[in-house]
Amino acid sequence: MRQQSFSGLFLAVLLIIFFTLPAVSGELDHFSNLQGNIDIAGGTAHIPVMKDAAKHIMTKYPQITITVAGGGSGVGVQKVAEGLVDIGNAGRPISAKEQKKYPQLRSFPFAVDGVAPTVNPDNIVSELTSIQIQNIFSGEIKNWKDVGGDDAEIHIYSRDEASGTRSVFWKKCLNKGTVVESANIVASNGAMKVAVSQDQYALGYMSIGHLDNTVKPLNLDGITPTQENAINGQYPVVRKLFMNSNGAPTPLVKAFIDYVMSSEGATNISNNGYIPL
Amino acid sequence: MEAFLQYATVFSALIVLILFGFLTYFTLPLFAEGQFAELFSLHWRPFHGEFGILPMISGTLALAISALLIAYPLGLGICLFVHGLGPRWLARPTLLLVHGMTGIPTVVYGFVAVFLLVPLLRNNFSHGSGFSLLAAALTLSILILPTIILLINSQLEHIVPKLRLTTTALGISRIHELTRISLPAASYGLLSAAILGFGRAVGDTLIALMVAGNAAQIPEFAFDSIRTLTAHIALVVATDSQSTTYHSLFACGLILFLTTASVNLLLHRIKHRTCRETDCE
Repeated sequence: MRQQSFSGLFLAVLLIIFFTLPAVSGELDHFSNLQGNIDIAGGTAHIPVMKDAAKHIMTKYPQITITVAGGGSGVGVQKVAEGLVDIGNAGRPISAKEQKKYPQLRSFPFAVDGVAPTVNPDNIVSELTSIQIQNIFSGEIKNWKDVGGDDAEIHIYSRDEASGTRSVFWKKCLNKGTVVESANIVASNGAMKVAVSQDQYALGYMSIGHLDNTVKPLNLDGITPTQENAINGQYPVVRKLFMNSNGAPTPLVKAFIDYVMSSEGATNISNNGYIPL
Repeated sequence: MEAFLQYATVFSALIVLILFGFLTYFTLPLFAEGQFAELFSLHWRPFHGEFGILPMISGTLALAISALLIAYPLGLGICLFVHGLGPRWLARPTLLLVHGMTGIPTVVYGFVAVFLLVPLLRNNFSHGSGFSLLAAALTLSILILPTIILLINSQLEHIVPKLRLTTTALGISRIHELTRISLPAASYGLLSAAILGFGRAVGDTLIALMVAGNAAQIPEFAFDSIRTLTAHIALVVATDSQSTTYHSLFACGLILFLTTASVNLLLHRIKHRTCRETDCE
């Protein structure tokens, strides 16, 4: 009798496990019959999302190995097109020249990222118009007092030509205007955060996903740069994040792309500060 | 064994030649498209079709020369200190410290400079954000200091012990012995330290990238933000690889390669000449 109740309990536990497992990891089921390697490289904004997805998949299916590397959007496109990696990430669409040289590339947009003008938390300025920002970056306005701040020189921080963040900010906020040559250039969103958080009179810009309380995003033309405003279209300085594959993806790569775009993948994208598509 | 050494020599020489050929090959499209002249324009505005790398060349020179101007006198002073001007018991610990400095990774200097030196410059001078030629030159001078000290020291180590007994017997003071006899005799070490220090300063990437501010402009003041050739390559290399922007990087690489090669050739020539005049070991 006692023996029987134990096995009953055992069976119940098994049944519970059996029925709850798919509910916990339903999106991962597509990997159950697959094995092999996925190598990923490219855009640096993608890395946290890719790493989290890779971690979830590899924990459940140890026969699958996923490596995630950076390099920048240009590197991502080139590497995937040359067959060096399976997925090449880019924070911008494939350029016309790349499209011409590598017509077989396929793009999979999976998230939206906003770019916010950013200042030091000690700066009293909390709002600028896009015209003011254009005039600051072109060098016409040099002092914070001209835009309602302290009497201090504006220290401009920008990004390198390879940056997808720079690309969208230049197109959609600076309206393709000039950036003064004396602007400091930093090499990543992380470096931008360090520079702006240390410099009381800095003006820079960074991905909304990278914002935290060490820096202060500025309202742009009265609109707060938040994920909500980026989704509903009120905040204009946004871009898409892409995964690219060389021709039609293999079943394993396809499963990975599908997972990133699934509802579970979407939670992962939001957790990393981006907006799932 | 001899054959192995020969292969190793040929292999190393080949790698350098291949590197040179590779850089030249990739710079060729610029010649073909007639864009080579554009490389020597004063502005780097890739989105307006201007690919001038003169700001980067001048930035590199300004940074390397100012770092050398700071580090060289300092290094020379430390060498004299070790070889008789300072107390004898401090000589060994000083040299040990310098040896230790060679092992510190560049990124550590860069990191410390970003968090200590840059805010210091920003808060104490009204001009600029602190990321500047001056900040980078100060940091870089610390990086090249051990190179300079160890090179001068290695020569003085040979010369000073041989002379000391004689000069002491003649009643020549330490300072006279060092400045009038030992240093002139160590001219090869003095020159090679300057040249190698310069070469190291030109070749360093990380300090310039982290501290110099990376603005592509011709430097005018010590507080100006500047960009070096090495930092330029590091910043731009991730762009669309089909663009002129990308190809122009190979020209930067070629210039850097030729600079380092001429630094080494110069060093070789000097050694050759000084060795004929004096007896080098």
